[in-house]
Amino acid sequence: MSSLNMKLLRELWKLKGQILSIALVVAAGIMSIITMRGAYDSLVIAQQEYYRESRFADLWVSVVRAPQSLRATLEGLQGVDAVDTRVTFLATLDLDDSNVPAHGRFISVPAMERPILNDLRLTRGRYISSDGVDEVIINENFALARGFNPGDKVRAVMNGRARDLNIVGIANSPEHTYAVPPGSLYPEDDRYGVFWASRRMLGPVFNMDGAFNEAFLTLTPDANADAVIESIDDVLRPYGGLGAYPRADQPSHLILQAELDQNRITGAIVPFIFLGVAIFLLYLVLGRMISTQRGEIAVLKAFGYTDWEVGRHFLMYALVAVLLGGFVGTGGGLLLGDAYVGVYGQYFKLPGLEYQPSPQLLLLAFSSCMVGALSGAIAAVRRAVLLPPAEAMRPEAPARFKPGLLERLGFGKLLGATGQMILRNVERKPIQGFLSSLGIALSVAILTIGFFMFDSVNFMMDLQFRKIQREDVALVFNEVQPESVRYDLAGLSGVSRVETQRVMPARLRFGHREDEVVIQGMEQQGELRRIINSAGMETPVPTSGAILSRTLAEQLGAGTGDELIVEFLEGKRNTEVVTISGLVDDFLGMSVYMSKESLWALNGESGIASGAFLAVDESAIDDLNQQLKQIPAIAGVASPSRMLQAFQDQLTEGILIAAGFLIGFASIVSIGVVYNAARISLSERGRELASLRVMGFHRNEVAVLLLGEQAFIALAAIPLGWLIGYGMTYALTGALQNDIYRIPFVAEPRTYLLSAVLILCTAVASGLLVRKKLNQIDIVEVLKTKE
Amino acid sequence: MAEAKIIAPQLQQGAAILSTQRLCKEYSMGEITVHALKDVDFELRKGEMTVLLGASGSGKSTLLNIVGGLDRASSGQVLYGDEDLSLFDDKALTNYRRHHVGFVFQFYNLISSLTARENVALVTDIAPDPMLPDEALELVGLQDRMNHFPSQLSGGEQQRVAIARAIAKRPSILLCDEPTGALDAETGKLVLSVLDQVNCETQTTTAIITHNAAIGALGDVVVRMSSGEIAERIVNSTRANVDDIEW
Repeated sequence: MSSLNMKLLRELWKLKGQILSIALVVAAGIMSIITMRGAYDSLVIAQQEYYRESRFADLWVSVVRAPQSLRATLEGLQGVDAVDTRVTFLATLDLDDSNVPAHGRFISVPAMERPILNDLRLTRGRYISSDGVDEVIINENFALARGFNPGDKVRAVMNGRARDLNIVGIANSPEHTYAVPPGSLYPEDDRYGVFWASRRMLGPVFNMDGAFNEAFLTLTPDANADAVIESIDDVLRPYGGLGAYPRADQPSHLILQAELDQNRITGAIVPFIFLGVAIFLLYLVLGRMISTQRGEIAVLKAFGYTDWEVGRHFLMYALVAVLLGGFVGTGGGLLLGDAYVGVYGQYFKLPGLEYQPSPQLLLLAFSSCMVGALSGAIAAVRRAVLLPPAEAMRPEAPARFKPGLLERLGFGKLLGATGQMILRNVERKPIQGFLSSLGIALSVAILTIGFFMFDSVNFMMDLQFRKIQREDVALVFNEVQPESVRYDLAGLSGVSRVETQRVMPARLRFGHREDEVVIQGMEQQGELRRIINSAGMETPVPTSGAILSRTLAEQLGAGTGDELIVEFLEGKRNTEVVTISGLVDDFLGMSVYMSKESLWALNGESGIASGAFLAVDESAIDDLNQQLKQIPAIAGVASPSRMLQAFQDQLTEGILIAAGFLIGFASIVSIGVVYNAARISLSERGRELASLRVMGFHRNEVAVLLLGEQAFIALAAIPLGWLIGYGMTYALTGALQNDIYRIPFVAEPRTYLLSAVLILCTAVASGLLVRKKLNQIDIVEVLKTKE
Repeated sequence: MAEAKIIAPQLQQGAAILSTQRLCKEYSMGEITVHALKDVDFELRKGEMTVLLGASGSGKSTLLNIVGGLDRASSGQVLYGDEDLSLFDDKALTNYRRHHVGFVFQFYNLISSLTARENVALVTDIAPDPMLPDEALELVGLQDRMNHFPSQLSGGEQQRVAIARAIAKRPSILLCDEPTGALDAETGKLVLSVLDQVNCETQTTTAIITHNAAIGALGDVVVRMSSGEIAERIVNSTRANVDDIEW
C-alpha cells in the first residue's frame, strides 16, 4: 500500500465519528429518495396495472331506473368503447355481535361470466355460480375485519326482508381500493362491506328486473370525454340520470390519486434538504482538515506529488463517506420502502402492490447524492490543490479577532470573558456560522413541516366532527320520505332532537363553466348541522339563495350576488336560477348550502326529506341502534364520533410512524451539523482549551466555551428553522390542495415548541459526544507543541 | 476533594512550600519502559526563584508537570504544605492549579479571541483574591497595550501578557516552562527581567525551566537535571542582574 493510502486509512480511523455522521446524512438523502420515490413508482405501477387488468371504467353514471335496452344505445354513442350496467344498492347487515348498524354495498355482477369492466380479483374462494341465488362475494378488508371466510353465512336486510347469504369468495375491486361507507371519509371495515351478487338475485329484490341503476363504460382512445358525458346525460335524463362523472371523480380513485400526488411532492422536496446538508458538511470537514494539513500538503508538493494526486487524496475522504452513506442508504431505503408500501397496502387494496424500485431509480439516487456530496468536497479540495508549496510551508496566519457588532454597541460588558470568546468566534466566521445554523434550521424545518401536517389534519377533523357534525347519529333514507318522518324518529329511544335535510344532486352552471354538486337543504335554526367556515365561525343558513364553498365559486368564476343556473338531477329534474347569497371558506368538499324551504321552493317539492340528524341520549344509543336496524327505509346510519374514532385510530398509527421517521431524519441532520462543527472547533482550538485546563479551568467551564458557540448557533437556527418550515408548509399545503379537501394551514404553538425541543436535545447529545473527546485532551502536550 | 480543603501554606521566607520525595515517573512506550524521573527529591522554597536546567529529555518538564498538578507520579510523594498531591483526584488537581499555581508557557498560549486585558481577566474571574487585570499588566509594562488582541502583539509582548495572566491570581507558585524559548535574546531578556521583578516585588515562589545555562545565574537556586535525576543543586549567594547575563 502506498504511504499516501496509509495516511488516508489512519486518518479515516481518527475521523471515524465525523465520517460516520456525514455518511448518515448522505444515507438519509438516498434513503428518502429510494423510499418515497420508489414507493410512489410502485404504487403508480400497481395502480395502472390493476386498472388495466381489471378493465377499470372511464366513466360512471347513476340513474333511478333505466331499461336494459338502453345499454345498446349507450354502446352506440360516439367515443364509447365498452359498456356494462348493473344494479347496486345499500342494505343493512345484521351482524350478530354488533349493536352498531352495519351496511353492505350490493353490486350485481354477471353470473358465471366475469364482468366486462371493473372486474373482480378473487383472493380466496370462487366466483358465483349461475344457479347460486344466495351466493355473494365480499371485499377483502371487510372479510379480514369480520373474520369471514368462504363458506360462512351473513344476514342482510334487503328491501325490508332479511336474507341469509352464502359467502363463496373474497375479492378486491379497482372501484374499492379504498372502501369508504356513504357519508364517511374513512374506511370502517368492520361496519361496511362490498357485496357482489348475481343480477338474478339483486334484480328482483330491488325491483330492477330488466333494468339497471348504474352504467359504466370505457372510452375509445380518441374520445372526447366531455362530449361523451353530455350525450350520456341526454340519453339517461328521462330515466332519472344523475349525471355521468369521469374516473377522476370516482371516490376510491380520487383518494388514491390524492395520496399519490402528496407522495410525489414530498418525495421531491425532502431529499434536497439532506443533499444540501451533506454538501455543506463535506465542505466544512474537508476544508478544515486541509487547513490543518497545510504543512503536509506543502511537503507532498515539494516532493513532487502532482496537484491531481494531492486533490485525489483529499477527495478520497469524501468518497469513503459518500460510498458508505450510499450503501447504507440504499440498503435502508430498500427495507424502509418495503415497510412504507406495506402500510399503504393496509389501506389501499392494490393486488399487485409490491415495493419494486427500478434499477434506474437506485442508480439515480446513488449518483445524485454522489455528485451532490462530492461537489461540496471538490470546493474544499480546490483550496488544497491551489495552495503554492512555499506558502503552504508557512503556518496559517493567526486568527484575527476584533470586537464584534454587539460589543461595539456596548453589550460586551454584559457578556463576561466566556461570552465574549463565544461571540467573537461566531463573528469571526460568519458564513460558516450561518451555514451551520442553516443546516440545523433545516432539521427544525423537517420537524415543523411534519408536525404542521398533523396539526392541520387534526384541526380539520375537529372542525368537521365537533363543530359541523354535531349530531350523534346521521341517517340516510333509502328513498325520500315526507317531512313528517321527523315525528316518527322523535319517538325512537333516547332521541332528543331531530333535524331533517334534503339533499339534491344538481349541475350548476355559470357562463360556460359547470360543476356537478350536491345541494344540501338545511334547517334554518338547525343546531346539529350548521355552516361553519375554516375559522370555526358559523354562517347562518340563508333564508333565500345559496351559500357556496369559495373553491367551488372560484371554479365557476362566480361570486356573491351572481345568479347560477341549477339543473336538478333528481325529482322533477327542472332547471332553475339561484342567487349566490354568500361564500364560505371551508375545507371539505365542494359544498352548496340552502335552507330546506328554499330548496323545496326551487325544485318544486314540498316537505320531502332525504336524511335526518338525531341528537341521542348516550345511554339509549344501543337501543336506538337496535330499532334503526329494523327500519328498512334507512339505508345508512353514520355516527360522527365513530368516524372520528376510525380516523383517529388510523391517524395515531400514521403519526407514530411518520413522527418516528421525521425525528430520526431530523436528528441525523442536526447531529451531523452540531457534532462536526464542534469537533472541528475542538481541533482548531484544542490548544487554547487545554491551556485553560492548565490554568485551572474545570472541564465543565472549558466545555461551555467550546459548546457555547454551538449552542449559540443552534439557538439561532431555531427561529430560522421555524421560518423555513412555515414557508415550506405554506407552499406544500397549496400544492396538495385538491377537490376532496384543502389542507388548512394551522400552526399550533406546540409544534414550534416540540420541534425546537427535539432539535435542542439532539444538539445536546452531539455536544455530549464531543465533550467526551474534550475530556481526552492531553493537557501536558500543550506546553510542548506549537500549532 | 473539595476546593476549600487545599489551603496555601503560611510559611516564612525560605521554608519549603513544595517538596517531592522519591518521586518516580515511568512511561511505557510500546514494549520499552522509560524512566523519566528516578527517586527525585526536590523542593521549592517560599519566595525563592529556582532555575531547572537540563538537556532535552532530562526530566525537567516531567518534574514541572507533576509539581504543577498536570501529571501524576508513578510513585513517591509531592507535598504542597501538608497536602499530598499524589492523592488528589482530577477535580482537586484542577482546583490546585486554579487557585495556587500560575503557568507561563513557551508558546504563550494566549486566547486569540480575547484582548490582553481579557486574557488576564479570564484568570482573575475565577480566582478568590486576584489583582486587577490592569494592575497585573502594568506590572509587566503593558499598560498601553491592554486592549490589543494577541495577533496585534509581538512575541515578547504576548509572553508578558502570559506572565501577567499567571501572576494576576497571586499564585503560591509560578511555573515557567522555557519562557524565553520562542524569543530572540533581546526580547528574552526583557521577559526574564519581568519574571525577576515579579519575583522580587510579589515574593511569588518561581520555577523556571530552561536548557539555557546562562539563565541559571538569575536564580536563588539552580537545579541541574540529567537522565531523570537531580545531578546537581547549587545555591547562588547572590542573584545576577538580567542585564549582566549573556547567551
